[in-house]
Amino acid sequence: MAEPGTLTGSWRAYRALLGAQARSQAAYRTSFVVDLVGNMGATVFDVVTVLVLFGVTRELGGFTLRETLVVVGLSSFAFATADLLVGNIERLPRYVRTGLFDAVLVRPLAALPQLLLMDLPLRKVSRAVFGLAVLVFALVSAGIGWTPGRVALAVVAPLAAVVFFAALFVTTATVSFYWVDSGELANSVTYGGRDFTSYPVTVYGGWFRAIFAYGLGFAFVSYHPALALLGRADPLGLPAWVGWASPGVALVAAAVAALAWRVGIRHYRSTGS
Amino acid sequence: MGSVTATVAPPTDPNVTRWFRTFGAIVASGFRRHATYRQAAVAGVVTNTVFGFLRCYIFLAVAGAAGTVAGYDRAQLGTFVWAGQGLLAVIAIWGWTELADRIRTGEIASDLLRPVHPVTSYLATDLGRAGFASLARLLPPVVIGPFFFEVYLPRHWATPPLFALSVLLAVLGCFACRYLVNATAYWLQDVRGPMILWTLGSGVLAGLYFPLGFLPGWLEATLRYATPFPSLLQVPLDVLVEREPMPTELGLVGLQLGWAVLLLALCRLVQRRAEHRLVVQGG
Repeated sequence: MAEPGTLTGSWRAYRALLGAQARSQAAYRTSFVVDLVGNMGATVFDVVTVLVLFGVTRELGGFTLRETLVVVGLSSFAFATADLLVGNIERLPRYVRTGLFDAVLVRPLAALPQLLLMDLPLRKVSRAVFGLAVLVFALVSAGIGWTPGRVALAVVAPLAAVVFFAALFVTTATVSFYWVDSGELANSVTYGGRDFTSYPVTVYGGWFRAIFAYGLGFAFVSYHPALALLGRADPLGLPAWVGWASPGVALVAAAVAALAWRVGIRHYRSTGS
Repeated sequence: MGSVTATVAPPTDPNVTRWFRTFGAIVASGFRRHATYRQAAVAGVVTNTVFGFLRCYIFLAVAGAAGTVAGYDRAQLGTFVWAGQGLLAVIAIWGWTELADRIRTGEIASDLLRPVHPVTSYLATDLGRAGFASLARLLPPVVIGPFFFEVYLPRHWATPPLFALSVLLAVLGCFACRYLVNATAYWLQDVRGPMILWTLGSGVLAGLYFPLGFLPGWLEATLRYATPFPSLLQVPLDVLVEREPMPTELGLVGLQLGWAVLLLALCRLVQRRAEHRLVVQGG
């Protein structure tokens, strides 16, 4: 047996957790296939919604369908991938309520990776793959004037967006350390953020746009990188380099998430006796 | 040997008053049961409000400078979105797996021993839940929306009562759909498949993601008449914003009534068939 606590030991334990998950989920073939298809359906409908909206209008917030699809592709690929990797943290309220979280804490492994690997939803792979397909299609069909810089951005921006959404999942989940019954409250920012980032921020207005786009940073996930890729100036007047700021914003979000998680765990009091 | 149903035969005494009293008591208990989850209701309202802002801005952008799209003006879109966010919780379109869980665990056996038909008693509980949701989940977005967006107030005196009737029929129809989806657990061990199909289909086909008027006319008509989904959300909202003239709206509510009756009858049929084959594992 590998000693827990050492780096290789931990690595082996994580790999065992992941392998057990993969085997148990693939054991029921039909259910697994149904889940794969069903999960993809949710993202498909998000894209279909955009297509339907463009069926009755030529432009949305000053953007054409091809331009909007770049925004949609960035958003759905990033959200689906983050949801696959860390979306399971949504179950934290239940773990806290049922006391399962205590069992996680007493094991000699870090709590966060354990939680994620304990129930990694492999069925969500289909969704991430579909998101990637939409992104690639959008990038190819948008008529982008490719430069080495834009190629780099096309690779870095989706990854930064994944990190951003992952940080968002972790940060919102820590609310349940303080408010166990927070229920679907986290959804308003996670799924709300997905919907928000699926459209150009010019669509929104007032303080709602100010809070979601710049206060919470959603504008840097898909809108500003898309502008930089398309070579369009921001109708709202921010300078062009903002499109390259998404990795920085993602790092800040990750730091906030790490801090929120540490503070949350320290605050955690078991519910059980 | 005659066939045996698990459901206890109703009392032969045709006492309608007693039936109504029982039904009313179950409705009231459903109301009280859901009224205890107040924090969850607050969290739900916050989420509905955020999505209200999102959808409203998006649809208004679709309406664009012209200000109208698919027969809705800006104010009508506002009402459609905000009332829709509230109505979503009243019809409880997602997340009900109680019946399927009870079938899987065998707890359904105790439901079948009660002197009230399971469809009736679950319906009564659901009406109580919907009653609480109309106060705690429908009112808040309807009050919040007008602070930030232009909304449409009904002009015809008959619209508010017709809307109330339409919502009631939507609750009945949605309950019946969910009951049927849950009842597949009598035949399948794992109801995730039907449940996923329902969750995916109901939202988009009921008019939650976008008003179905955004679709080509023939497609909207097909959905409206050939599927129960628009009757769950789209029709009550169209009635509220007076998208169609009054006679057409009466016709649409009639259509809802037809779907509700048909689906509830189907629930009873499915329940009877299920009871013939149900084997509860005992110990």
